Amino acid sequence: MSKFSKKGKKGLPAVSTASLPDIIFMLLFFFMVVTVMREDDPKVKVSKPNATETEKLEKKSLVDYINVGPPVDPRFGTEPKIQLDDAFADLADIPVWVKMNRDRRKEAEQSLITTSLKVDKKTKMGIVTDIKQELRETNALKINYSVNKGSAVD
Amino acid sequence: MARRPLQEINAGSMADIAFLLLIFFLVTTTMDQDIGILRQLPPPVPEDTNPPEVNRRNVYDVLVNSADRLLVKGEPMDIRNLKEGAKEFYTNPSKRVDLPELRRITKSLCVENVSQLKAAVTQNPNDKDLRNKLGEWEDRLAAVDLLGEYNELPSSALISLQNDRGTSYDMYIKVQNELSAGVNELRNELSEEKFGVPYSTLNILSDDDKPKIKAVRAVYPQRISEAEPKNIGGL
Repeated sequence: MSKFSKKGKKGLPAVSTASLPDIIFMLLFFFMVVTVMREDDPKVKVSKPNATETEKLEKKSLVDYINVGPPVDPRFGTEPKIQLDDAFADLADIPVWVKMNRDRRKEAEQSLITTSLKVDKKTKMGIVTDIKQELRETNALKINYSVNKGSAVD
Repeated sequence: MARRPLQEINAGSMADIAFLLLIFFLVTTTMDQDIGILRQLPPPVPEDTNPPEVNRRNVYDVLVNSADRLLVKGEPMDIRNLKEGAKEFYTNPSKRVDLPELRRITKSLCVENVSQLKAAVTQNPNDKDLRNKLGEWEDRLAAVDLLGEYNELPSSALISLQNDRGTSYDMYIKVQNELSAGVNELRNELSEEKFGVPYSTLNILSDDDKPKIKAVRAVYPQRISEAEPKNIGGL
């Protein structure tokens, strides 16, 4: 009899966790491949407009970003502000910033730099036009209006 | 000395280490792909230059005021009709006099011009204008060879987009989007008809598709100009 009674008492064997590291490593590699390093902290809130006729920006290393939108921190007010790299900036800072970005690229690639404008959709065009004029003055003529994919007109 | 067998390293913490790394990457990276509408700004103009005279019928001017309303060629228009409007400007199907007059490009015309210009270039090899013209006609000839006869827009025809300082960015992007959509639709239709595939699937990097892309672009060039900023109505 004792031969059989033992069997019932054993309970469930523990699930082997030996493959857990492998699973996690798989996840890790997935994220390493599909994501890119975050460039800078957002200091302004940007909710991008929608558009359908979009193109992908090919060379990420040759793209510089200008963010425009209301500050995340309400202490800075609610009017749209310009963010270059990690800090708030004025219009007058843009030429210096463009030149700095040009200098850190190879000479052959300098003409391929694209400036991507990430602008909040509620912003008025006045500030955007001013930025565009500054970019024109410094000959940074390739620009990109950053948008989300989606139908624009309902 | 008694030899003990090598003890195996405990791999139980491996998962924790991998978790740590995983969380680090989750926090420091972003996934968002940057997509957008690519545009080329016009180069800065010296202040004392006068704008060149253009024929009114060759300009499709789109004005957006501070209340986000559209004025297209002097008429108010709904944003939903803008795409069709742009397409009509490009093709002028009913031969309207306030839209550009298209020129029929035929093979014989191209061949004639190319041979004439070639002769002229051999006579004055230093004339840049002549060589540019020759290049243009050779491009047209290539387009005709691929697509057959087509109607060409005058070289001064363009869509001019002007906005007010009070226009919302959302509206501005919508207008840009609709104007591009018009051109892209025409290109897709043409490519679909001639090559059996939409224009958007042609690949600029493949040698097969490159002449096709060039030809389609010659027929429907994307000419959207962002006019000098002005305060038009409002604010």
